[in-house]
Amino acid sequence: MSHSTVPRSRAEAKTPAEDPAASDGAGHRSRFRPRSRSGSRSGSRSGSRSGSREDKRRGKLSVRIRFKRDRTLILMTLPAVLLILVFNYVPILGNVVAFQDYDPYLSENGFVAIFQSPWIGFEQFERIFADSGFWHAVQNTFVLFFLQLVLFFPIPILLALLINSVVRPRVRALAQAIMYLPHFFSWVLVVTVFMQIFGGAGIIAQTLRQHGYEGFDLMTNPETFKYLVTLEMVWKDAGWGIIVFLAALSSVSNDLYEAAAMDGAGRWRRMWHITLPALRPVIALLLVLRVGDALTVGFEQLLLQRQAVGVAASDVLDTYVWWNGIRNQDFSYAAAAGLIKGFVGLALVLTANKVAHLMGEQGVYKK
Amino acid sequence: MSAVLDKPADERPAAKKPSPWAAPPRPVWEEEPAKAGLAGKGLVLSLACLAILFPLWIVIVTSLQSKKTIDEAGGLVVIPKGITFVAYQELLSGGQVQRAALVSVGVTVVGTLFSMAVSVLCAYGLSRSGSLAHRGILMTLLATMFFGAGLIPTYLLVQGLGMTDTYLALILPSAVSVFNILVLRAFFMGISQELIDSARIDGAGDWRILWKIVMPLSRAVLAVIALFYAVGYWSAWFNASIYLTDQDMMPLQNVMIQLVQKQERPVGLSAQVNTGELSALALQMAVMVLALIPVAVLSPFVQRHFKKGMLTGAVKG
Repeated sequence: MSHSTVPRSRAEAKTPAEDPAASDGAGHRSRFRPRSRSGSRSGSRSGSRSGSREDKRRGKLSVRIRFKRDRTLILMTLPAVLLILVFNYVPILGNVVAFQDYDPYLSENGFVAIFQSPWIGFEQFERIFADSGFWHAVQNTFVLFFLQLVLFFPIPILLALLINSVVRPRVRALAQAIMYLPHFFSWVLVVTVFMQIFGGAGIIAQTLRQHGYEGFDLMTNPETFKYLVTLEMVWKDAGWGIIVFLAALSSVSNDLYEAAAMDGAGRWRRMWHITLPALRPVIALLLVLRVGDALTVGFEQLLLQRQAVGVAASDVLDTYVWWNGIRNQDFSYAAAAGLIKGFVGLALVLTANKVAHLMGEQGVYKK
Repeated sequence: MSAVLDKPADERPAAKKPSPWAAPPRPVWEEEPAKAGLAGKGLVLSLACLAILFPLWIVIVTSLQSKKTIDEAGGLVVIPKGITFVAYQELLSGGQVQRAALVSVGVTVVGTLFSMAVSVLCAYGLSRSGSLAHRGILMTLLATMFFGAGLIPTYLLVQGLGMTDTYLALILPSAVSVFNILVLRAFFMGISQELIDSARIDGAGDWRILWKIVMPLSRAVLAVIALFYAVGYWSAWFNASIYLTDQDMMPLQNVMIQLVQKQERPVGLSAQVNTGELSALALQMAVMVLALIPVAVLSPFVQRHFKKGMLTGAVKG
């Protein structure tokens, strides 16, 4: 039953005589066959009787047969699809509370109460735009984003160039193992580790105290907090970031370097004219991803340090939503703020992709 | 040593395996590396590694010291004097931290198994090109990467489903990562079609193909994805902080926030802590080491597969 031998891709069913292109073997394994060849044609023809007969002759199958053949596969995707529908799509619909005066106590069940809450249009949004706390969170978000872009983003690239130039295999593996490690630490651990170094009872403060200086505590200093946050991020993730660049570097053919050397290019010129251009698409892709995600600047990290450093320095959009919604139980207000973030984020992703395409690079999705 | 290796490749005896610590032969066209450049590289690399290892060293060393050593050092200890496991004995002899560690282990194991089962099935279901509806299902998953639902509606939903104060709230909402599914799917699609066809001709169904052929061939990527999921569950604390109200149910990370970050006293410890051998600081550091050990031990084993795991899943729709 499930072990049907009905072919799945057109090329599988085809004999070489029917289509010479299939015989090269590359066709049937390409993941995304161009739509014009399979998808759209079968779609436009499935309606007409003569079309379906022609399709059958060419190895096209009716939906009923395809369903019988592929039902196991569809069944396999069901658990994941269900989880995604319940925990990603249903909450998207739940965003309607942003346009309501939502009251969780209208019903036994907080989610059912959404259907009974009164609609108030854009009132929550007006309240948000009039709140100076919101604009302060927006400002903090952007400041942190730009700091991360300037201070964090180049470091993995430089580290990757460095690691790539290390030729001893064991040294290289060891350095990579150490640099990847902090990526797997939880934010709680990273923040507590930083407390032991930069905190009021940390090793720096302790050493200074023994030499007569008092009062060193970076963890509670709102002035330097944005740099501390960026430093924590560098410590945790800069090492992990090199992995993508290393892969791009390992795909550069050695012949290029040899040819350039033959033409008299030195180390630095080879790096400038061969290595860096090889990294360009990866850098563009990561920049697009980063800009698209600009409004997310470390939610857990900032939430953990909120109490120590104060709201003024640490409040960003995500923590603003958390504070108003989860802590103050003003769900509609917080959902509206979250919705603003969602839409601005979506616009940023699409814009960043557009810019990448205009510059001739691949974005997250193809044009 | 370097004198031999600095010779051009064709002059050296062939087929002798070089030590992995030594540099492989330099291509003839490449200039000899400058001494200053090598020294500079070594310095930067050592400093980077030191910046990562030194804080961990302090934490681990301090957790192994007696109260006397810690008091003498005035707090954190850099150079150890003797080793004592009192802090660990205290933490693991019942009480808040031990329970939290067990909760974390349980959630991590159950969650990782569940996530892996769901993700592998879905990835295989989507990996056979030309199958019915796979494009639509794939788009449904991909769309979630562009628009997040937001914290508040998710919170209301989890509450509405009655999952507050159950461990389901720590597993189900974050059980599926679309990115991980894409990585697995890309890897499964790279498996030779001939192999799968031959199994199908021999009468194997999709379940058997997945179990007997696809999964054994994908051990590397399965290990990487399992590590990603496990680290995710082990490190998570936010969901526990909003969905759990019962302090006894809290996982290790949340207890760590209370004990180390907010400097609260652990519940259910013996009086020894306040008076005797054991320093409160050593206890805090021991909690951090408990949270650190599983990842520090596991991730290096999977390291050589990282590149494969990360790159087969280039996010392209």
